[in-house]
Amino acid sequence: MSAAAGIESTSPPVGEAKPETAKLVMVPPPKKRLSPTLQKFVEVVLPPLLGILLFIGVWALIAQTSGGRLPGPLKTWLSAVEVFSHPFYVKGPNDQGIGWNILSSLQRVGFGFGLAAVIGIPIGFLIGRVAFLNAMFSPIISLLRPVSPLAWLPIGLLVFKSANPAAIWVIFISSIWPMIINTAVGVSRVPQDFLNVAKVLSLSEWKVMTKILLPATLPYILTGIRLSIGVAWLVIVAAEMLTGGVGIGFWVWDEWNNLNVEHIIIAIFIVGIVGLLLEQALILIAKRFSHEYKA
Amino acid sequence: MSAHTDKFLSIENVGMEFDTKRGRFEALRNINLAIDQGEFIALIGHSGCGKSTLLNMIAGLLYPTMGAVICDKREVKGAGPDRGVVFQNHSLLPWLTCFDNVYLAVERVFGEIEGRPKLKERTQKVLELVGLSHAAQKHPDEISGGMKQRVGIARALSMEPKVLLLDEPFGALDALTRARLQDELMGIVKQTGSTVVMVTHDVDEAVLLSDRIVMMTNGPSATIGQIVPVDLERPRDRLKLVAHPRYIDCRRQVMEFLYQKQLRPAA
Repeated sequence: MSAAAGIESTSPPVGEAKPETAKLVMVPPPKKRLSPTLQKFVEVVLPPLLGILLFIGVWALIAQTSGGRLPGPLKTWLSAVEVFSHPFYVKGPNDQGIGWNILSSLQRVGFGFGLAAVIGIPIGFLIGRVAFLNAMFSPIISLLRPVSPLAWLPIGLLVFKSANPAAIWVIFISSIWPMIINTAVGVSRVPQDFLNVAKVLSLSEWKVMTKILLPATLPYILTGIRLSIGVAWLVIVAAEMLTGGVGIGFWVWDEWNNLNVEHIIIAIFIVGIVGLLLEQALILIAKRFSHEYKA
Repeated sequence: MSAHTDKFLSIENVGMEFDTKRGRFEALRNINLAIDQGEFIALIGHSGCGKSTLLNMIAGLLYPTMGAVICDKREVKGAGPDRGVVFQNHSLLPWLTCFDNVYLAVERVFGEIEGRPKLKERTQKVLELVGLSHAAQKHPDEISGGMKQRVGIARALSMEPKVLLLDEPFGALDALTRARLQDELMGIVKQTGSTVVMVTHDVDEAVLLSDRIVMMTNGPSATIGQIVPVDLERPRDRLKLVAHPRYIDCRRQVMEFLYQKQLRPAA
C-alpha cells in the first residue's frame, strides 16, 4: 500500500521507535513510544496525504468506469508534464503556452483587484468614520453586493467596447465590496478606549488616523483584501471564458472546444493551486501585520 | 453655587441623563463638590452608581446634561491634556512601544515648544518615575498588567496635567501589585503635587490614598451621600495605619455607608 510506503520512506531512523519492518508500520506502536518526529508526521503529514491518495483513487475509479471519456490521473499527469515542458511558447494570438495564460489572468486580477483596493479601502474608511455616509451608502452597497459578478460583464463590454478592460471591470466590481465592508466594519469597531485616549490627548485628525485608526483597522482591511482576492480569482475564469483572448479561463474554453479533457482537468488544478497560493501569501502578510495587535 | 468657583476644581449642580430605549434615565443628580489644588479625592460607591460617569464628565469625555464642571476657572467643554486620565483597562495602543505610547502624549502637549531631544528626555524621565525605563522599547502585550498600568500612569503624568483622573486604575491587578502601585502613586503625587480624583471600589485603597472620600448613593439618580475627611498625616505607611484609630474610624464610616445605608439588594 502506498500510504505505508510513505511512512517507511519518510520516517527518520531515530531511536527504538523507528519501525524497521513493514509489519510494525502496519500496526503502529503505542503513542508514547513514537519518536517526536514520527508523531508529528502521523499528525501533520499523514492525514492530507491519505486524503489526496483517496481523491486520486476515486478519480481513477470514475475514469475507469466512464469508459475512457474522463481521463484518469496517469493520463492527465503525462499530459501535464507535456504542457508544462513548454510553458511560454507563442503560436499566434489564441495559441500560447500555459505560462502566458496564467500570467495574463494574474495580470487582469492584479489590475482589477488593485483598482478595487485603491478605491474601496478609502471609501470603507470614510463610511466607517462618518455615520452620515454610512447611512447614505449602505442601501446601495446592500443592493449591488449580491449581484453575480458576470452580470456586470455586458455593462463593461458596452462601456469599454473591448474584452480586456471589461474583464478587469468585472474583477474590480466583484472584489471591491469585501474591501469596503471590511474596512468600514474595522473602523467602526475601533475600541472606544482608544478613541477616548485620542480625545484626552486631543490628537489631531491626522494623528488619530495614522496612530490609532489605521493600525487598529489593519487586520480588518487585510481580511477584506484576502476575501477580495479569493473572489477575484474565482471570477476571472468565468469572465475569460466569455471574453476570450489569452488567459486560464479562455484556455479552459478553448480546450473544451478541442475536446481535450486532460487539459481542462489540468486547468482546474492550476486554478486551485494559484488561488491557494494567493490566499496563503495574504495570510502570511496578515500574520506579519497583526502579531503586534493583541488587544 | 457660585461659592464654589474659587476652588480649583468644582462640580456644580451636575446631573446626567441618558436617553435609553425605555425613555430617559437619570444617572446622576445634583452633584456638588469643590476640590482644592493638590487634594486627593477618592470616589467610592457600589457598581453602577455613576462614579465613572462623574469622572468622565470631569475628563470631558461626557458632557453633563445639567450644571457644569469648572476646572481652573474655565468650564470643561471637552477632553484635553490638562486633565490626564488613567483608564481602568490601561488603554495603551498595542501597536506602539511603551516609549511611543508615552511619547505620543508628550509630543502632543510639548511638541510645539520643544525639540525632539527634549521630548524624548521628558518621556524617558516619566518612564523612570514609574520605574519602567528598562521596558521602554517593549510592546504592551510583552509586559505584565501592573507594568501596563504604570505606563498608563506615566502617559497621564507626562502631560503635566492640572488634574490627574484615575478610573479604578488598580482594579484588575493582584493584591501585591496593587499595594506596590498604591505606594508608588503616593510617592509620585507627593513629588508632583498633583490634584487627583480617583474612582475606586476598594475601601482600604480609598482611606490609604485620599484626603477626602466622596461616597455616592446607589443609582438611579445617584448623588453624593456622604464625605469622609481622612485627616491622617503623610507620608502614610500602610503597616502603621492598620492599627491607627483614625484609620479604623474612617474605614468603619465608609463600610457603614456602603454596607448599611446603601446596601444593594441582591441583583
